[in-house]
Amino acid sequence: MTHLYKAIFIVAALGLGACTNPDQLAGGGAGGAGAGTGLDGTTGLASDPRSPAYFSQTIGDRVLFAVDTSTLTPEGRATLTGQAGWLQANPEYAAIIEGHADEQGTREYNLALGARRANAVSEFLVSQGIAGNRLRTLTYGKERPIEVCSAEACYAKNRRAVTVISAGAGA
Amino acid sequence: MKHLVTSILTLFLALVALPIVVVTNAQAEPLRIIIDDGVIEPLPFAVPDFVAENAEASEYAAKIARVVAADLSGTGLFREISKDAFISTVTSFDSPVQYADWKAINAQALIVGAVNVSGNKVTVKFRLFDVFSGAPLGEGLQFGGTTTSWRRMAHKVADAAYSRITGEGAYFDSRVVFVSETGPKNDRKKRLAIMDYDGAGVQYLTDSQSLVLAPRFSPTGDRVLYTSYETGFPKIYVLDVASVGRQALADQPGTMTFAPRFSPNGQTVVYSLSSGGNTDIYRMEIGGGAPVRLTSEPSIETAPSFSPDGKQIVFESDRSGNQQLYIMPANGGAAQRISFGSGRYGTPVWSPRGDLVAFTKQNKGRFHIGVMRLDGSEERLLTASFLDEGPSWSPNGRVIMFMRESAGAGGAVSLYSVDISGRNLRPVPAEGGASDPSWSPLLK
Repeated sequence: MTHLYKAIFIVAALGLGACTNPDQLAGGGAGGAGAGTGLDGTTGLASDPRSPAYFSQTIGDRVLFAVDTSTLTPEGRATLTGQAGWLQANPEYAAIIEGHADEQGTREYNLALGARRANAVSEFLVSQGIAGNRLRTLTYGKERPIEVCSAEACYAKNRRAVTVISAGAGA
Repeated sequence: MKHLVTSILTLFLALVALPIVVVTNAQAEPLRIIIDDGVIEPLPFAVPDFVAENAEASEYAAKIARVVAADLSGTGLFREISKDAFISTVTSFDSPVQYADWKAINAQALIVGAVNVSGNKVTVKFRLFDVFSGAPLGEGLQFGGTTTSWRRMAHKVADAAYSRITGEGAYFDSRVVFVSETGPKNDRKKRLAIMDYDGAGVQYLTDSQSLVLAPRFSPTGDRVLYTSYETGFPKIYVLDVASVGRQALADQPGTMTFAPRFSPNGQTVVYSLSSGGNTDIYRMEIGGGAPVRLTSEPSIETAPSFSPDGKQIVFESDRSGNQQLYIMPANGGAAQRISFGSGRYGTPVWSPRGDLVAFTKQNKGRFHIGVMRLDGSEERLLTASFLDEGPSWSPNGRVIMFMRESAGAGGAVSLYSVDISGRNLRPVPAEGGASDPSWSPLLK
């Protein structure tokens, strides 16, 4: 809970400009349901390699998955290698890894699938030397799509794991 | 009387047994019900406005009769005869029934009732008649309650009529807890809500601050298990329906829990726990105590549901490579796979009668609600759409309620019900978007 609230606080403190990312605090209630990846709108700081905005925009905060799998793709591993480098260079931050599924599946199964995807990312980051106590996994199943069409073009973007940077390492 | 009961019993046997039994028509026996090419001729009945026994009761007399009629018609097994066709009027509860007048308009069952209101107390009495036998079907009955619960009185009348005519348990005096949904697909707000089985009297149990999923009634309808993200992570809560007070179930740090259901005695919860990317099934006493792990495969095990005797659990697992249904002992142990058809099977729910499992099936890009026997035989798909999911049984095991969502950006989510024969598919009104229904037992 504290992680998530801190994450939201960071987003708020960074000052959101005109945000066009549909994932921006999507469905964001106080419960943090949409803690999402609300860092993309922080353009002012994206040039600072130490900023979470740089992490989400330049390194890339998400990896995508094929249908009903949690296997990392080569592109995904490259992104995560970059994420691991950033986390190593910025030890004051922790991360919550959100696993998501597309709408082709039942609710409970998709929750379990999202947990698998988040875990695949977490394990990769740990294998790159990130301390496990800086990472937490979270599944949203099919509850938080960023794209709303019922076609593969949208499903492909919804089958994702997003690394959300939060304050406080190892908290 | 005997005629009516026999013919409806025949109808029910025909619905349950496959293939459908064809009963031939015979003009000399008007109570015969024709089942031809899978089409059932519903039983015609009449419900004149109930008699208002005092001035205060007049407000309720017609409304109660309307709810009784809607309950029976809504089953698809009965057809109401419009009061425009009535020859007789009923002005007194105790006056003799003019059977010939009802026979003339082919009303096979007649329900006569009366309402008395005193202060905030309402008393409803009724009698059921088998018109063609020219006799009452069972004794007259009387129900009492507060005026605010007048709909429940009506449901109880309909329950009694349904049970007497079909010989089965009823389901009208029951409630449904569900997830109310508002907002676009990429910014959906969800909160728990409860309503009568027919969509009346929606009340909200939580606000929409936190994502909530899949509420499940306790066996007595007094509590609801559900999953909420109020800590930021999915976690199981139990909510007291009367006080709307809620409490988190004990959990292990760093894990996520979801998909809870009560045991038949209401004291145990069976659920899924995700840890390190692996999801397994656990059980725990609601009052506290250590969680007991029931599965330990590296695959996904979720959506557990107890058998009515509490001795077994049906659940879904992808241990074979994709989602299939399994049954295991309630304390864990060797599981038997029961689904073998093409496609994927999930969200199994054991029927209250114990003989069937309802499920969600995905096959060739479509979703279905279906039922199968415990050994996987006699699989029947009852529905088909872009997304049908999450069956819940009526208290008598005759009807299944589920959610249906349409495709695309404007995808709308709503509740439907369907008879286990696959007939009588109908929307359940619920004030806007609704998903994840859970049907209560028959109220006391």
